[in-house]
Amino acid sequence: MAEPVLTIRDLRLAFGSRRRQTEVLHGISLHVRASEKVALVGESGSGKSVTARLAMGLLQEAPTTHASGSIRFDGIDAIKGGREIARRRGNRVAMIFQDPTSALNPTFKIRGQFREVLRSGNPAISDADADRQAEAALAEVSIPDPKRALDSYAFQLSGGMNQRVMIAMALANRPALLMADEPGTALDVTVQAQTLKLMHELTEKRGTAVLLISHNLGVVREFADRVYVIYRGRIVEHGTTAQLFHEPRHPYTRALLAAIPKISGGGLPDLPERSPDFENPLIVHEGCGEPAGAIA
Amino acid sequence: MSTPILELDNLGKTFEADGHRVVALDGVSLTFNRGECHAIVGESGSGKTTIANLVLGLMPATSGSMRFNGVALPAERTKAHRRAIQLVQQNPLSALNPRRSVGASVRLPLDVHGIGVSRERGARVAGLLEEVGLEADYARRSPRGLSGGQRQRVAIARALACEPELIVLDEPTSALDVLVQARVLQLLQRLRQERGLTYLFITHDLAVVRAIATRVSVFQKGRLVETGPVESIFANPQSAYTRQLIGAIPVVTEEEAKIRNVIRAGTPTPLGTE
Repeated sequence: MAEPVLTIRDLRLAFGSRRRQTEVLHGISLHVRASEKVALVGESGSGKSVTARLAMGLLQEAPTTHASGSIRFDGIDAIKGGREIARRRGNRVAMIFQDPTSALNPTFKIRGQFREVLRSGNPAISDADADRQAEAALAEVSIPDPKRALDSYAFQLSGGMNQRVMIAMALANRPALLMADEPGTALDVTVQAQTLKLMHELTEKRGTAVLLISHNLGVVREFADRVYVIYRGRIVEHGTTAQLFHEPRHPYTRALLAAIPKISGGGLPDLPERSPDFENPLIVHEGCGEPAGAIA
Repeated sequence: MSTPILELDNLGKTFEADGHRVVALDGVSLTFNRGECHAIVGESGSGKTTIANLVLGLMPATSGSMRFNGVALPAERTKAHRRAIQLVQQNPLSALNPRRSVGASVRLPLDVHGIGVSRERGARVAGLLEEVGLEADYARRSPRGLSGGQRQRVAIARALACEPELIVLDEPTSALDVLVQARVLQLLQRLRQERGLTYLFITHDLAVVRAIATRVSVFQKGRLVETGPVESIFANPQSAYTRQLIGAIPVVTEEEAKIRNVIRAGTPTPLGTE
């Protein structure tokens, strides 16, 4: 089995002052192997986005953030080396956010932003080479007129086009891991479906590992090889996508699946009240244990 | 026999700015029957929000007309019309005044429309909150201290305060998590049945449509593409656009995936095979 590119062990996170803190992550462990597509699924407030942000090195330096445990990426501990992982992420880890239009800088054309991204991977690259690479990258995400897109501002492109630009930029420096936080949720259903398909094809072709953060189990079913379900700062179930959808074992996972309206009919979803069972201990499906010895 | 509550007759809306003309709604004729949950679906730019705005009287139509209970709806709405047609929006936090308590928000329409006598209105507010599944003491709280689902319940209670006949629901559960969405959908379904309400339910989520709507109209670029009972649209979508919309829904069960694959392939299934 491939080595993990990202390993998170017993990650705890609290917000607050030194004296009064609220713990929001209560010991998260997960891993993503090279070329693997892994999903982290949960509702708002479950802790899925802060987990991704910590792994990106985006949160640790805030004075009100208290993190412990370990996040290992390429042998660097992101808990201790927040700045270092932030510096490295341009090359080795990339992230796509939910709203592509606000993720792009509104005051610069795409061209300048793309050059900056490519330069973070290769500081010596010339403008002409950067533009050639950018055009090729935009063509690869099926943008019809890459030259014109490069000369546009984000607000001149549609949400779907902006999300393609974001995907092209994120993959431009050939990262080993792509983190995607609810990509496409802000888009129409058909555009969302196209975006996810494109992201799947490109990462598959290049062997890029993906950690997909989502609240939508339908999206996860089509995208991921393996799934972690998170509830109130704890992973409650972990298995392959097939295991989780065919035989969900945790009461919370079952409730989540039951709550989704089905196109096969049957009227409104029937659902159990939020229950203490949702806090039941972690269930790990066969063959999905955490890799041993990755962390000293 | 179903009775029409709202009829759109060749309704059109054109926006003009800087020499550009955008036809947001292109001559739509459509009937909404009393007691139904009629879903309007389509992507951004399909005209679904324009329909809501025209029905609510928030902007004048460019062409065509509307009838409510068989009587023409005037551009300048009467107080009775404003009371009879209510709105529940997508984002309940921005729809509720943050400086007003939940109780004051729900009470306001009672005062505006002179519903009941003043000293009974407090009790009426408590009754409305109870009807949407909130305890009476929520009246004293601020909307900011509530969860998304609770806020949406408050917005629904406020719409109910007017004793409306028609409620325009504009993506009422899109901002909610699935568990919360399921409960709000259940509440909406119960209220419609108990109060004999009619819903104009705007959404982009066809799975939600399948679960709650009785009838669905599909819009694309300001035009009505397809309309019919929800079962027949899902069993046998006629237009390529409807098939495309249903084909794009992320599904969670094998059964759904099979249905979707048939729809994607474009082979209409015989009616009544469900």
